Amino acid sequence: MSEMKFTRDHEWIELNGDEATIGISDYAQDQLGDVVYVELPEPGAKVKRGAEAAVVESVKAASEVYAPVSGEVTARNEALDDNPALVNESPEGDGWFYRMTLDDRSELDGLMDRQAYEDYLETLN
Amino acid sequence: MGVNESADGVRTTPLNELHRRLGGRMVAFAGYDMPVQFEGIMAEHRHTREAAGLFDVSHMGQVSLSGPDADKALEALIPSNVQELKPGRQRYSMLLNDQGGIIDDFMVTRRGEDLLLVLNAACKEGDVAHMRERLPAGVRLETLDDRALLALQGPEAEAALQAIVPGVETLSFMQATGFMWEGVDLWISRSGYTGEDGFEISVPAGRVEELAERLLADERVNPIGLGARDSLRLEAGLCLYGHDIDETTSPVEAGLQWAMQKRRREQGGFPGADRILKELADGPARLRVGLKPEGRAPVREGAEIADADGNVIGRVTSGGFGPTAGHPVAMGYVAAGFARPGGAVAAVQRGRALPMTVTVLPFVTRNYKR
Repeated sequence: MSEMKFTRDHEWIELNGDEATIGISDYAQDQLGDVVYVELPEPGAKVKRGAEAAVVESVKAASEVYAPVSGEVTARNEALDDNPALVNESPEGDGWFYRMTLDDRSELDGLMDRQAYEDYLETLN
Repeated sequence: MGVNESADGVRTTPLNELHRRLGGRMVAFAGYDMPVQFEGIMAEHRHTREAAGLFDVSHMGQVSLSGPDADKALEALIPSNVQELKPGRQRYSMLLNDQGGIIDDFMVTRRGEDLLLVLNAACKEGDVAHMRERLPAGVRLETLDDRALLALQGPEAEAALQAIVPGVETLSFMQATGFMWEGVDLWISRSGYTGEDGFEISVPAGRVEELAERLLADERVNPIGLGARDSLRLEAGLCLYGHDIDETTSPVEAGLQWAMQKRRREQGGFPGADRILKELADGPARLRVGLKPEGRAPVREGAEIADADGNVIGRVTSGGFGPTAGHPVAMGYVAAGFARPGGAVAAVQRGRALPMTVTVLPFVTRNYKR
């Protein structure tokens, strides 16, 4: 497992061998409030860095989740279909969204490590 | 109201500091800095349906109309019967434009010497200007800027309020009267906008924090934000102004003809009466309906509604997740031929057709104390 990296839009990505796991940060789930539905990309779908890859619905509103890097979806977290609240309970663990292969690993270089992300969150408050 | 205005134009209610102290997540709403949630929308929603929720609705407008024939004068602007409204009784009504569209919806109560109107926050300035322009000189319109407004809603609301204001238990739904609490005059109605039993309490702005803290000291009472206020009213099938009703929708299209009593339907004499009476006789071209999305994905305001062949037949005006219903809930307008409960339609959202069933409203049983 490599270190978790974060985007300015509050997605996280963690590389494990050739496959990466994507989810949203603890800060993001807290901002969204109670999650009631997550629309996930299907395995085989191509996602492009910065483009919409998933939609997370809270009681109040729908929010887009963007792909942190480009690649192909290999798995979706089916546990979220029955229990979308996992996103609130374990945003950086069991509440992951999907897995993907990477077209270009160098895209990871532009993302923040945890410390940089936490510094970034400070600027938002 | 009881409102303070900061330099940047964002207004606050007298409970602003309390909201912050209670950990409220503050947002701009209708020009006010208001709490969208405290503990979380889902928990607050459930708490209101199971115990009691305290809402700050001081941003809403409280207006007094008095003078000879104030009731008759108000009737010229609305389709409801106010002249025969008994003292201490409250009624839901709407200000109408000349086309029969809804300028705002509001509550009116006959008190001893005046009519008390409670107006939507976003509409109140416009409503006051509209009424001032049209009411005869003999009718006095006063905005009650020195008063705040609380709503206490839920099955435990009566017990919690009665503990500090004995006598409120004698009120039945849509009844109102004055009470004294620790030297403060309260005006309390048994009403609200959550589908639950409960009260709205008009209180001098300078004493509202004290009253709110007293109510919150009761373990049955939790503070509730605007988020749960919205999900509660949506589940209860109640219209949100600017979304489910606006200046283009008539009371008949909105299914609010119950707010037009018999004498008014027979005699007319309100703005847009031609259109409204015709719609009552012939049926309107479109109708507000409940919509139950079949899947788990909430359907949001603005989504087009399509029939089985993909033809657009309407639009969603409110939509979200119903924490008590346990599934997504929505309301919208459909062409009259599709308004029958049980009908299959679809919402077009993010390029996908999501199946929905037309349903009767509300989505949850209302628990008013009649």
